[in-house]
Amino acid sequence: MKLKKKIPVIDQGNSLGFWGGKFGGNFVPETLKKPIEDLEVLFNKLKKDKKFISERDKYFKNWVGAPTRFIKLENLTNHIGGAQIWSKVVSDANGGAHKIYNATVHCLLAKRSGKKIICGDTGAGYAGKMLSMAAKKFGLKCKIFMGAKDIARQKPNVKAMKKNGAEVIPVYSGSQTLVDAVSECMRFWVANCDTTAMCVGSTVGPAVFVRICGWSTSQISRELKIQLIKEFGSIPKKLKLYNCVGGGSSSFGFWNEFMDYDKKQVEFIGVEAGGPAKSKKHAAPLTYGSKIGILHGAAQYVNQNSDGQIEETESISAGLDYPGISPLHCFLKDTKRARYTAASDEEALSAYKLVTKFEKLRPSLEPSHAFFVALKEAKKLSKDTVVVINSCGDAYKDRGILEERLGKKYVKSN
Amino acid sequence: MSNPISAAFKKARAENRPALLTYTVAGDSSKKQSLDILKSISENADILEVGVPHNTPVADGSQIQTSAYRAIKKGIKINDIFRIVRDFKKFDKNKPIILMGYYNMIFQYGDNNFLSKCKTSGVNGLVVVDLPWPENKDFAKKCKKKSIYFIQLLSPTTTSKRLKKIIQNSHPMNYFISMLSTTGGKLKVSPREILKNYNRIKKINPKKEIVIGFGITGKTIGKLKSADGLVVGSAICKEITRSLNSRQNPVTNVGKLVRKLKNKIK
Repeated sequence: MKLKKKIPVIDQGNSLGFWGGKFGGNFVPETLKKPIEDLEVLFNKLKKDKKFISERDKYFKNWVGAPTRFIKLENLTNHIGGAQIWSKVVSDANGGAHKIYNATVHCLLAKRSGKKIICGDTGAGYAGKMLSMAAKKFGLKCKIFMGAKDIARQKPNVKAMKKNGAEVIPVYSGSQTLVDAVSECMRFWVANCDTTAMCVGSTVGPAVFVRICGWSTSQISRELKIQLIKEFGSIPKKLKLYNCVGGGSSSFGFWNEFMDYDKKQVEFIGVEAGGPAKSKKHAAPLTYGSKIGILHGAAQYVNQNSDGQIEETESISAGLDYPGISPLHCFLKDTKRARYTAASDEEALSAYKLVTKFEKLRPSLEPSHAFFVALKEAKKLSKDTVVVINSCGDAYKDRGILEERLGKKYVKSN
Repeated sequence: MSNPISAAFKKARAENRPALLTYTVAGDSSKKQSLDILKSISENADILEVGVPHNTPVADGSQIQTSAYRAIKKGIKINDIFRIVRDFKKFDKNKPIILMGYYNMIFQYGDNNFLSKCKTSGVNGLVVVDLPWPENKDFAKKCKKKSIYFIQLLSPTTTSKRLKKIIQNSHPMNYFISMLSTTGGKLKVSPREILKNYNRIKKINPKKEIVIGFGITGKTIGKLKSADGLVVGSAICKEITRSLNSRQNPVTNVGKLVRKLKNKIK
């Protein structure tokens, strides 16, 4: 298996949509074949269309708010005493997380295809919140599928979705989390694909959804590349990009523009959700050696039992609480372009405490996983190493959990 | 020896009626009970579809999901399903059995292992919901080698060009999804419209048996009689759930329901 240079990773799949010959594909019911093919034709055309790209860029700049900040975390750097620690503050984006990029592009595509309704899944609620914002902006009706457990633990985002006029449909099947929300959303699309567009909230699902999402979030690395050159004059000789990985949309977008660099110069580190320290359950299929299986239309490493039933996950962070992982990341792991590891719930919380103690930055529980590993490793790295962590979400949505786990002061003081 | 599936269609045709196909989930609500249900309906059903329960089903509505979750909770494994089929075949060796499920379960078992096990336990056909054409080409070939029918799904969204290609490459039986829906949705198109689509498919190659499924209940089955075969699934799963909730015996109730269905298409 080999990563090709000079070809975007999203376009490196074969004719059936498999990366590396075995990740991804389109394991979908017959009914979805046509709508998926239509979406593929549309996307392949528009991603080369200069007018469409400038339309996208216009909305990214004026509405999403590009570029998001790239800042040095001076206090943390001094405290840790190793590598320079920087952050790409993607949570600056309109709505407070990277999910806005994919949502915006899907709504633009839905408009072009003449669909009046858009449906989507959500875990942490960010994908749903952003889709509801974008749908409102572009005049589309919006339906969001969300696990009942997630609705209870991510209330601020649910409130935001409803405020934007979206219908939030609770999903009670299975573990009542993201995996069930995605299933239910796909089922809804099966029954309504003639009138409704679907937005899959991460780089997962049938191949075209993986590609659209990766193409959209790559805005993050496009910005970062310019910001790095502005700051350092060129891409640093030792650059390490840390990102949390659930479905894998923010990390893929954070890395995409640096894909062709040698990994000795630009290393990618993906941090999965290890779950509670004392639990055997986790959401880290790459770290803990899960087998390849099929989930939501795509072949990927996925937590499952020997029969092929998908296993329940456990993580403090709803956004990472997914048993599978993007086919793109499976491909990056097996080609050894990226390195994957996990942080536990407790480790993520400790990183959140540390970051908020030293910096005016409030990463949500998802990027807190990445902060933990980055800060741990930064200690042992030389001063000329540039560590960048994607702070891809804001902790506002987590205030209930943070208050419960860390006490009130961690909510109020920020 | 010809596949009993073809024999079942022949028999129904001789009786001037469509074949009746039932769908029940293996292990619902227990291994033994699902076997007993198969036995109780085999008198009136021509072909038995046995669902392989999966916990992330992307094409099933709430009735079948409920049955599947119930079976999984009771601990059903693939090998149990093969045992159920084998035991049923001891009871009625000529009744065709089709397994219906999602590809990950087969993939984890290994294509070849799975098909060998199908063969030895007496499975005659397979419907794999999320393995569409052309992705299923290799797998369908492997089925053919074992004389197991790989049943292609066709949908109202399948384009004419695609329909032709699929039918051309298909085994003797195919499955037409009546409407845009998950299983068990309310019939939102008229039976006339469904039959119009059905006839369009039938015309491509009249020799291929085409069954219609999704949304068929006691109320609608009589209006679709001109098809080669009709599948009832969710209505049966619903009856199992209803029986369990009212502390009645699902085996006798489902047996009765299937007899009623049969009477409506005679």
